[in-house]
Amino acid sequence: MSRIAGVFAALRQQGRGALIPFVEAYDPDRATSLALLGGMAAGGADIIEIGMPFTDPMADGPTIQAAGRRGLLAGATLKGVLGLVREFRQQNGHTPLVLMGYLNPILSYGVPEFCADAAAAGVDGLIIVDLPAEEADLILPDTAAHGLDLIRLVAPTTSDARLQQVLAGSSGFVYYVSITGITGTRTASAADLARDIPRIRAVTDLPIAVGFGVRTPEQAATVVAHADAAIVASALIETLVREGAGAVLREVRALAAGVRGARAAA
Amino acid sequence: MNEFSPNSLRAWPDARGRFGEYGGRFVAETLMPLILELEAAYRAARADPGFQAELDYYLEHYVGRPSPLWRAERLGADLGGAKIYFKREDLNHTGAHKINNCIGQILLARRMGKTRIIAETGAGQHGVATATVCALFGLPCTVYMGATDVERQKPNVFRMKLLGAEVVPVSSGAATLKDAMNDALRDWVANVRDTFYIIGTAAGPHPYPELVRDFQCVIGNEARGQLMAAEGRLPDVAIAAVGGGSNAIGLFHPFLDEPSVRLIGVEAAGKGLDTQEHAASLNRGRPGVLHGNRTYLLQDADGQILEAHSISAGLDYPGIGPEHSWLHDIERVEYVGVTDAEALAAFQLCSRLEGIIPALESAHAIAHVLKIAPRMSADEIILLNLSGRGDKDIFSVAKHLGSEL
Repeated sequence: MSRIAGVFAALRQQGRGALIPFVEAYDPDRATSLALLGGMAAGGADIIEIGMPFTDPMADGPTIQAAGRRGLLAGATLKGVLGLVREFRQQNGHTPLVLMGYLNPILSYGVPEFCADAAAAGVDGLIIVDLPAEEADLILPDTAAHGLDLIRLVAPTTSDARLQQVLAGSSGFVYYVSITGITGTRTASAADLARDIPRIRAVTDLPIAVGFGVRTPEQAATVVAHADAAIVASALIETLVREGAGAVLREVRALAAGVRGARAAA
Repeated sequence: MNEFSPNSLRAWPDARGRFGEYGGRFVAETLMPLILELEAAYRAARADPGFQAELDYYLEHYVGRPSPLWRAERLGADLGGAKIYFKREDLNHTGAHKINNCIGQILLARRMGKTRIIAETGAGQHGVATATVCALFGLPCTVYMGATDVERQKPNVFRMKLLGAEVVPVSSGAATLKDAMNDALRDWVANVRDTFYIIGTAAGPHPYPELVRDFQCVIGNEARGQLMAAEGRLPDVAIAAVGGGSNAIGLFHPFLDEPSVRLIGVEAAGKGLDTQEHAASLNRGRPGVLHGNRTYLLQDADGQILEAHSISAGLDYPGIGPEHSWLHDIERVEYVGVTDAEALAAFQLCSRLEGIIPALESAHAIAHVLKIAPRMSADEIILLNLSGRGDKDIFSVAKHLGSEL
């Protein structure tokens, strides 16, 4: 069983949802990212998503755009991101890591080489924002060969008919982009989730993670009352900029408490 | 390509929106259903004679087509050598070829029931053309424009505002066309249900490269007929500037299956192809994925996109339409570079000899004609796409020539 599948199976037994915090690699420097990864894993993160900086992050709002710029200024490259993962793995062999980014740096690295190196470094899954189901054959043979999950995005605009196509052959979990918009802007309501999540459940047995606009422990709790995981990104980056890494880890602990209390309270 | 092998170079893209290995649909899932809906709507419109009739009506009575084919005799005499013809897209309403595409796309938006229009713009010509058709059809319009371009294209910014559009300056990156396109895509993702994105060049996710090309083919189709009437034969050379490449593909496409016609695309070489400051994605880039399509891009060793540079805001883009990438690889079209300085000189020469102030974009194509015409014989013909007029550029040209307006 993959690390990701293992985490969701264990949480199902515990009857709670997962917290997936986000770290933009090298924002503002490599050491901070490494400290955040370790601290988040210790502080209740069930899976960690690592952003791979790109100059033109078309689906991201101002917060992650700025984080990516800082990461690039600090010297982030895909090789560097994989090095970060390797170093984290020396201390932690169990927390799944999912890389999120855009296609061009991966193409530039070489798709087969990247998948091989990512798997060897200890990466568990990939989220490639600008690679829809129609183009996924470009990478699927290589992700499959190296045991990496290619995590698919589903949006409110994805029709029921299209859901089948998007989720065919997917693994790991489903990333539900809960709003029509860019990261860190709007937030889906409980009513939105109550309407949307069952639509996805009807076509897949995979766990469903909800991202875009999840900011507070209360919102994370609402999310995992309907779905299987809450992804928090922009809110943590804003805290990092404003108050530093220590405050981010406090916030992660509060979010972790939020997802742990959710179903008990519901 | 394995399953698709057309006999004609004009049969592309294939069902996946590819021109050879270029093009495709590299967008976030949120946009994917819209792209598919747009493709279906475009196919239906193309099959509807009513749509073509409506398009023809606006092109004739509003845009002022056909645009003239002008024999540039004084320029030809000055250079010696080939006969030079200008396809006068500068004489279209709003002063450039951009309006051909905007009329087509807004008619499509209306058929699809969309009620809000967004666009990106570099030089401002596409923004002005989009604002114009939005005024004509009474639709609200938001134009994203790099803050750098807002500064160097002030007259066009004012025009867009006069036409009722909202102009949003974009300050991320180098604050030019690439960044404007990023923010237009972000707007579209957030407003998918009511908004139509009028992309200004033959790039972006499928079906944009195809539909923009189709709407711009009126240039080459008309020029071909006009030249047959004037000279009784096809040109020896057809030449156009390429940024994203919409005016060039509109000129070239009707000639792709005519092997006797040499096709030349002129990239902006900025301060020189061997400097870091140019916009020559075909001459100095390599294939990658940006803005929804696989194409040649200016990028570093890690696949990060580089900033382009050109004196011409309309050519200042680190990518190019995917059909050009394919035409480059199969060597059907030659792509050459012209520097800022060469374009400036051609801008002035054309103004003085022909009484036509060309857009800086078009001046790049003229500059290459200055190089090749003298080496051609007197019975050979060059067809140049004069894609736009230069009124918008007089402030920045004055600055480069050291005078203040």
